[in-house]
Amino acid sequence: MTYRVSPETPPPLALVNARLVDGAADCERRGGVLVLDGDIAAVGPEVTAAALPAGVPVIDCCGDVVTSGLIDMRVFVGEPGAEHRETIASATAAAAAGGVTTLLTRPDTFPPVDEAAVVDFLLRRARDTGRVRLLPTAALTKGLRGEEIAEIGLLLQAGAVAFSNGTHSVRNAQVMRRLLAYARDFDALTIHYAVDEDLVGDGVMNEGERASRLGLAGIPREAEAVMLDRDIRLVNLTGARYHAALVTTTLSVEVIRAAKAAGLPVTCATSINHLTLNENDIGEYRTFLKVAPPLREEDERLALVEALAEGVIDVIVSDHDPQDVETKRLPFAEAEFGAIGVETMLSAGLRLVTSGHLTLPRLIRALSTRPAEILGLPQGRLAVGAPADLIRFDPGEPFVVNRKKLHSRCRNTAFDQARLEGRVKLTLVGGNTVFALSETGEALLS
Amino acid sequence: MLEPLSQKPTFPHRHLLGIAGLSAQDLTFLLDLAEEAVGVSRQIEKKRTSLRGRTLINLFFEASTRTQSSFELAGKRLGADVMNMSVATSSVKKGETLLDTAMTLNAMRPDIIVVRHAKAGAVHLLANEVDCSVVNAGDGAHEHPTQALLDALTIRRNKGRIEGLVVAICGDILHSRVARSNILSLSALGARVRVIGPSTLLPAGIENMGVEVFRRMEEGLAGADIVMMLRLQRERMDGGFIPSLKEYFRFYGLDEEKLALAKPDALVMHPGPMNRGVEIASRVADGPQSRIREQVEMGVAVRMAVLEALSQHLPNG
Repeated sequence: MTYRVSPETPPPLALVNARLVDGAADCERRGGVLVLDGDIAAVGPEVTAAALPAGVPVIDCCGDVVTSGLIDMRVFVGEPGAEHRETIASATAAAAAGGVTTLLTRPDTFPPVDEAAVVDFLLRRARDTGRVRLLPTAALTKGLRGEEIAEIGLLLQAGAVAFSNGTHSVRNAQVMRRLLAYARDFDALTIHYAVDEDLVGDGVMNEGERASRLGLAGIPREAEAVMLDRDIRLVNLTGARYHAALVTTTLSVEVIRAAKAAGLPVTCATSINHLTLNENDIGEYRTFLKVAPPLREEDERLALVEALAEGVIDVIVSDHDPQDVETKRLPFAEAEFGAIGVETMLSAGLRLVTSGHLTLPRLIRALSTRPAEILGLPQGRLAVGAPADLIRFDPGEPFVVNRKKLHSRCRNTAFDQARLEGRVKLTLVGGNTVFALSETGEALLS
Repeated sequence: MLEPLSQKPTFPHRHLLGIAGLSAQDLTFLLDLAEEAVGVSRQIEKKRTSLRGRTLINLFFEASTRTQSSFELAGKRLGADVMNMSVATSSVKKGETLLDTAMTLNAMRPDIIVVRHAKAGAVHLLANEVDCSVVNAGDGAHEHPTQALLDALTIRRNKGRIEGLVVAICGDILHSRVARSNILSLSALGARVRVIGPSTLLPAGIENMGVEVFRRMEEGLAGADIVMMLRLQRERMDGGFIPSLKEYFRFYGLDEEKLALAKPDALVMHPGPMNRGVEIASRVADGPQSRIREQVEMGVAVRMAVLEALSQHLPNG
């Protein structure tokens, strides 16, 4: 579903002299984009300042990248019930600054998104306070307890775009089987955080030498693969559309690869953290790097990057999870899992381009095009008629992440003081400017 | 910050958070200093003045009789004022009080805080927040550096050396901070370290930590110079790591029969408190090869050495 962030028709606008990167066409070329009535009216080398109709405001991009806005499939927005951690206003401000023009909210809020009224609440709050498109993910099971199927049909009608239990897994295979079968009738997308909670136990970081040296209980890679294996068998049984919320190990990648080879309707995501960080970054108990699933070994990280380049992994998510000081300034084992990331996802992802592991169109494909395809959204591509959700950035522009300058209400970034490249300069949602950097580099939110 | 020192410090660390990060030279320095402290502790006049006027706080979030009294005595013998704080953990969740407690104590201007906490890394967290020196008296399954030092001192005094000795650490390696600190210190000092335990009680990746790994006592004890038993953390056994205490004692408990597989002059050690009849038989614990009581004596000496070494870094030290 799409709805306008702003009810008024946005003014026309043209972005010219740009490096157009299209995740759908897997290519890049020079040219411009003409935006009329909030949609892309023309795109390509023929869109130049000289060729434009009179009266259209023109932005000379000076060779910067212009591409489709990012679609982040896993964001915790704090509403309802955790407004001390994040609000829709702050989360979407961070998203706009990070070039994310559509985000899917996690359903494990307080109360959880297991009733149509909560979906409606989210959409209304997004309309009134949001800056980018917000799409609710509703709960798979009532109260996220993993026992009874949520009202999938009613939630879909209310505007939910997918179903997930957030950071909880559906433990009971019978429940999972039935809900997949039921979801299939509605062609609903199930997004599952596949983790065997018994194997996780009291684990807090990746199992292995690092955890053992730090004296921390480990989480084996198998905790993920065992559950994913089960899920794929149930997908095979039911034919439901299934998206693995977070895949972080080679074992899981192999499960997904086999499922795709068998022609099952399976897709998966990994997080920007797992693609760009490893367990050594935890150092001496840095709790901002405590995420779930845990950061893995460097070999695993490299294998994930490779799987992404191959297309076995479809999507990159930020897994944005704001945690305040009270839940993070604790001994590692007691601290909450989670890191913010919606604002730094693009720049962190560009590390993979700089390192030569990924082409820029491939990165954009995972950050924008594939999410749109999986969710059936019209955005995520540079095509005539698509909504003008556009971003502009210079992939070579260096900057240092300052956690105090991020727009989230919480500061728990895994990238504090990291040297990254490629700050977003301009973000358009449906042709409206929702974020722009001034000449002096100051963030300007509309 | 630190005042300029009149002479170069011989122990270049402000805190003692773990054995990790210490060089063999640092360890030897501490052991030599502890050796002197043994002499002091055996005199009638046991008092020294190197910490006179200094305040030492024992902050124990986890109960301990042995380590706490050992630090208390060490501090007092060096002339410090010692305050013991056992933080009640009933009403508030442990972690929530940690930094608050640390800041409160910091405001009282102590010179050294000795900390024990049930969670790994808690002592690092606290050390980042306070202005004084911090000594780790055990944090979760991470490290217990003074235990490793007292074990090393006990071994060195009995064997005259550490280098080249075969040390077998036996039992619940997974949950043991003593094992981790000892693996680091004894390896750094040149011993050949073995660990012996059932697979369910061995941490992942242990074979990459410079030790030989054995699953059977019979194999691991052969030719050992030192047999170091670990306490079976019975309170941590609810997850079903072993079938029963009876079975554990049969296969992993140190009795005379198993001890006979080690070298005839092998020493038996245990960090205490012991579970007699679980990981160690009474006849072995009280037998001629046991050095368990000597370990306790060395504990005080080692803690005196650590406090004295850190006092070099105190303001006006």
